Amino acid sequence: MAITDPPKIVTSRIGYDDSHTLERYLATGGYEGLRKALAMTPEAVAAEVDAASLLGRGGAGFPAGRKWSMLRKAPVTYLVVNGDESEPATFKDHLLVERDPHQLVEGVVIAAFALQVSQVFIFLRGEFALGLERVQAALNDAYAHGAVGRDIFGSGFSVDVVVHPGAGAYICGEETALLESLEGKRGFPRIKPPFFPAAIGLYGDPTVVNNVETMSNLPWIVRNGGAAFAALGGGRSTGTRLFALAGHVHNPGVYELEMVTTTFDDLINAPVLGGGIPHGRGLKAFIPGGVSAPWFGPDQLDLPLGQDEVAEAGSMLGSGSVVVMDDHTCAVRAAWRITKFFSRESCGQCTPCREGSGWLERIMDRIERGEGREADLDLLLDACDNIAPGLTWPPQQTTICVLGSSIPSSISSAITMFRDEFLVHIKEGGCPYD
Amino acid sequence: MTEPTPLAPPRRAALAPAAPTHLSADVVARARQLIGLYPEPRSALIPLCHLAQEQDGWLTPEAMVDIAGLVGVTPSEVLGTASFYDMLHTEPVGRYVVAVCTNIACLLGGAGELLEHAEDSLGIGAGGTTPDGTVTLEEAECLADCDRAPCVQVNHRYVGAQSPESFDRLIDELRSGARDADIPPHGTLIRVHRANGLAVDPDVVVEERRAAAEAKAAREAAAAPATGGGA
Ligand SMILES: Cc1cc2nc3c(=O)[nH]c(=O)nc-3n(C[C@H](O)[C@H](O)[C@H](O)COP(=O)(O)O)c2cc1C
Ligand code: SF4
Ligand code: FES
Repeated sequence: MAITDPPKIVTSRIGYDDSHTLERYLATGGYEGLRKALAMTPEAVAAEVDAASLLGRGGAGFPAGRKWSMLRKAPVTYLVVNGDESEPATFKDHLLVERDPHQLVEGVVIAAFALQVSQVFIFLRGEFALGLERVQAALNDAYAHGAVGRDIFGSGFSVDVVVHPGAGAYICGEETALLESLEGKRGFPRIKPPFFPAAIGLYGDPTVVNNVETMSNLPWIVRNGGAAFAALGGGRSTGTRLFALAGHVHNPGVYELEMVTTTFDDLINAPVLGGGIPHGRGLKAFIPGGVSAPWFGPDQLDLPLGQDEVAEAGSMLGSGSVVVMDDHTCAVRAAWRITKFFSRESCGQCTPCREGSGWLERIMDRIERGEGREADLDLLLDACDNIAPGLTWPPQQTTICVLGSSIPSSISSAITMFRDEFLVHIKEGGCPYD
Repeated sequence: MTEPTPLAPPRRAALAPAAPTHLSADVVARARQLIGLYPEPRSALIPLCHLAQEQDGWLTPEAMVDIAGLVGVTPSEVLGTASFYDMLHTEPVGRYVVAVCTNIACLLGGAGELLEHAEDSLGIGAGGTTPDGTVTLEEAECLADCDRAPCVQVNHRYVGAQSPESFDRLIDELRSGARDADIPPHGTLIRVHRANGLAVDPDVVVEERRAAAEAKAAREAAAAPATGGGA
């Protein structure tokens, strides 16, 4: 079977120019999953999602079914969809909200029914101007079609869905910061415990937060059954997943691939996927799951695209973004830019994150500019160790949210893998790649 | 041991919300609709800031006073919230906010060079506005369009990967008005509005939820193994 063969679960429509319209959606099986769900009991719908063993696609990979059932003891008041998508080099939800907004709406209403929730907020990052318009237009059409709102398809079930625009802050992707932002406040992550908004969420009420891609899988799962989804992939990583491939490859883009049966090598090098590295260059390193993830080198190319497989190898599949760096890339510059991002986006509540990211950025900057000292390497690692003691994977947490503990990944990867390159910067007084 | 000093009662309790004076009647009407979508008015604070930017191009102090009155907080709470967010500009910006992403994927695609070119060509640094008030240049974090690197957005509309040459053409087009149809002036974020009012009455929904819970309990009772009376 070719790597591109498995069923397209969430990207089946994106080949159509009008994939975002209700007409195209209805002509391609749209809202059939919802009709089927409404004829079932809410518990039976949740059981299908449980059987699918759908892992959350927002980064933490928590099983959606378990998140929902954990909460069913107390009635859930709100469902909040996380469409903040700001993890660098992650651009899969961007595709889903612009190109298949009805699929998201249908997934959301199915989840609302399973959870018996009557109020949903779809939080989309504010920079998605077109995405915000597409989802609002889809909702307007879905209301008129009877798929959202009062007495959906005559089932007696009602739900209101509100699109909420963010205003530009990476940290609002962290679910408790998102809820604060949705309450009209600064996006400050909340202190844990409680660990799950399921217990105390929006306005203090039980709230389920799920990612856009997680929701977009639901129409297919209900139509085809959880078992059909679980038959794809392997181990805990079932179904397909969107991988956002960026950086030095011939064909960057979003690819829907079966989990586990596909490897990083396939994704990056297969002619029908990434197509390999341009200009005849070699692979230096790749980041397997968003900039919070430790880097991998060429010897890890054969790893399967599976959550546990990547975790065991010392990194994470995270947000499903893969960044490829060719052998002309300066590792110091790459790690500096990632650190600068964290420094800019730290919300400032925790000292290790706020101060640590700023100091790390400045030290990295001076090394890149050729003004570093040899002692800076130990200084960098020491500062990293203060943020995430022991520099283990997964990292120890000293901060309110895991943005803090994600900061050291890129620096410690770069130093471990490319120590000589740091030393050349320091000894030669400049960047060898300039 | 001394008794803890009781906290002063919240000051806003004493504030009578003033009628909006700066936002236009149309914007206020839309603002009230938005507020109605949320269980708590304050949740509409950020959407209202976007609306105010649609009217003025940026978030003016006068607009913040109106928003405070509309959602029932103090103006400083509006400022305190808004100042956290990159898209809410509490200083004037140009008609076009041009954002060049320099994050990792775009960096690998030449974003550093593009930003340098943009600064030279516009004669301003990142964060600055051209003297004619047309263009504000921003160095952005990832804009989630990384397969078209280096990624550029104008007023949060994607314009695709840009080379130095195409960037200059883009600026010319913005200045000449050739892009007016697809790129509205800064502040206008969402041009598709909710077509239906509050489709669900909260009281009715509470009643429906209670009925659903009863139905569920009945289903569970029916599904429970009939063990013949004794437990
Ligand atoms: C700093 C930070 C940023 C995050 N950004 C996002 C994001 O942009 N989108 C997202 O869905 N989840 C993001 N998450 C994860 C969310 O907190 C949460 O786990 C997720 O939305 C749950 O949905 P899921 O179970 O469907 O994956 C982020 C987490 C952290 C710590
Ligand atoms: S770890 Fe950083 S981003 Fe997270 S709450 Fe603390 S300061 Fe804010
Ligand atoms: S890194 Fe530039 S758009 Fe994502």
